[in-house]
Amino acid sequence: MDDVEVQQLTKRFGGFCAVDGLNFSVGHGEIFGLLGPNGAGKSTLLRMLTTLVPPTSGTARVNGFDVVRAANDVRKSIGVIPQAMTSDLDLSAEENMGIYARLYSIPRERARRAIAGLLEAVDLAQWADKPLKMFSGGMRRRLEIARGLVHEPKIFFLDEPTTGLDPLSRVAVWKMLSRLKQERDLTIIVTTHYMDEADKLCDRIAIVDHGKLVALDSPLKLKASIPGKNVLEVSFSAVPPQWEGTLRSLPEVAEVKADDHVFRIASHNGPLTTVELVAAARRAGVAIASLSVQSTTLDDVFAYYTGHQLRDALQAPDNARSPFMMMPRQAQRNP
Amino acid sequence: MNRMWAIIERDLRRFRRSPVLILMTTLMPLLQLVVLGYAFGGQIKNLRLGVVDEDHGMPAVKLKEMLQAVAANARTFDTVAYSDLGVALRDLRAGSINGVLNIPPEFSRKVLAGAGPRIALIEDNTDQFSSSALGASFQQMLGAYGQQPSGVRVPAQATLSVVEVYPYVPYIQFLLPGTIVLAIFVSAMIGGGIIFIDDKARGLHEGYLVTPISKLELILGFNLSGVAKAVLSGVVLITAGSLIAGIPDPFNAARLFRLLLLVIATALALISMMFLIVVRVNDPLVPRAIFGVLNTTLFFPSGAVYPVNAFPPWMRLISAVDPFTYAVHGFKELLLKNTGLGAVGFDFLFLLGFAVVALGVATLLFRRAL
Repeated sequence: MDDVEVQQLTKRFGGFCAVDGLNFSVGHGEIFGLLGPNGAGKSTLLRMLTTLVPPTSGTARVNGFDVVRAANDVRKSIGVIPQAMTSDLDLSAEENMGIYARLYSIPRERARRAIAGLLEAVDLAQWADKPLKMFSGGMRRRLEIARGLVHEPKIFFLDEPTTGLDPLSRVAVWKMLSRLKQERDLTIIVTTHYMDEADKLCDRIAIVDHGKLVALDSPLKLKASIPGKNVLEVSFSAVPPQWEGTLRSLPEVAEVKADDHVFRIASHNGPLTTVELVAAARRAGVAIASLSVQSTTLDDVFAYYTGHQLRDALQAPDNARSPFMMMPRQAQRNP
Repeated sequence: MNRMWAIIERDLRRFRRSPVLILMTTLMPLLQLVVLGYAFGGQIKNLRLGVVDEDHGMPAVKLKEMLQAVAANARTFDTVAYSDLGVALRDLRAGSINGVLNIPPEFSRKVLAGAGPRIALIEDNTDQFSSSALGASFQQMLGAYGQQPSGVRVPAQATLSVVEVYPYVPYIQFLLPGTIVLAIFVSAMIGGGIIFIDDKARGLHEGYLVTPISKLELILGFNLSGVAKAVLSGVVLITAGSLIAGIPDPFNAARLFRLLLLVIATALALISMMFLIVVRVNDPLVPRAIFGVLNTTLFFPSGAVYPVNAFPPWMRLISAVDPFTYAVHGFKELLLKNTGLGAVGFDFLFLLGFAVVALGVATLLFRRAL
């Protein structure tokens, strides 16, 4: 049995479909990444899996329990780190964790041991009695991770755990997560906007867009799934007519995208295409202004599956929208 | 219920570390008690009264002597002599004096002839408090002026003797019950309303909702922590307020115990009401926008500052369903009259019933989801 099983899971807010018939499963011990543009439905999906939002239709089982019918069993099985930092700044690290230990009804002595061990694991033991308002963003995030594990959950959900952190703190958080996963036999489901993190750390990645699953596989297979395994980014001083066609006809080229004088050429064999490109340019008397050859990254995968356009689309109404704010008539008719 | 205590513990720990919040919920109502108590409670003194004597006879002189006596003793007014009525009226309109007493030319003759002598008090009625004080002072003075020595042993007119059941209650003491309820209300507004919505907007509730805490434990946790803070405000106001207002024997243990019970009942009612108001609100702007109006709508119809009997019928209706009314009545009985719990039984019944109904409806409306 998989730790998470999702079947035809759908969430509608009025006429807006945030999550549209998703099917996937997450095996035990996996680090499962959820990627997608803003408003793609990742957070709604995570909220349904963590019992915060009831699905409109479909089913989801977490640790074998249905998220609607056995919500409390799901809650006991999971640790959740929401996107917003939800610990109390006026309370100390220990106090924050102590409150959560009580919320999970953990006996006092066991809680004391768990808190001490977890603070040690996230390198915060020396600051245990200090109020959180004295902590940096990275320290607070590490505390939240420790807090989410105080009741020894089997499955750990994290919504953009490294957003807003400096590069060093991001590395520290991920190292901690990897270590904790090994030590505590965790299954981790994480959303992130950092492709490099997802690439290095996730066993499998699901790309969600417009509420639908557009790709799901290991980072390696995802990168292999898009046209070309190398990307040549080349610019020319002047571009003769039909130049894009010439580039397409080069050997091993899978795709060419032009943006003014800069061309992105996806190739199945980067070195060969590069040699032929230089020769073709020399023959045509076109000067190469710049040329770089890169391996396909998860950014390319993301862009391939979700497109390049900015997503200035309306989303589901925010819960915190002010009742004092009037919506334009048009918006009221067509949210 | 262990989980409920986690919420209470968290809230109270935060409260303990917010000295500004503690001051706001206790010091502000005390300040209001002192300012309002002394602003409304004092006797009006040193009004400027213009006196125009167009008669100059002996009865007019006797009247002016009585005016001087009032000016020297009760000091309700100071007299300013005018020879010309026109000048005095001009000064009255200009606001440099508060009233003009005119003794007309025929006054002495009519007094001596017993022919209905009249004097005129021309007053600035834009200030009703000052004009009422002047009018009352003159009624009293003229009553004494009209009494003539008589040989009759039994007076023909009936006289009224007023007996006051309780020692003199200055306005600041009259205001104290309302101020205690106001302090509890302010605490309920901040602790039960504003913080609840702010926590919700900051995502703190999301942290609770992913734990196995039940809906009832959540609601009781939110409410009882609010009640604890409101009780603290009430207790501070009872002790400090009683000292400031000069309540006799303020630390009588039996009375303090009865007061504590009423503080708890009031806090329960007001926190439950606040929770019902904000249970479906997500925007932190909402409580800030409505609480000023709510304060006025509940505080003034309660009889805290003026007797309910003076209100128009629609306002008495508000008064009848307003938990403030019963809390203020209860505190008046216990503080000003030192009664037992029997005298405030209905107040307790209403407040606790109100709390149960408000909390019941709020529980139905509360959503254990985002």
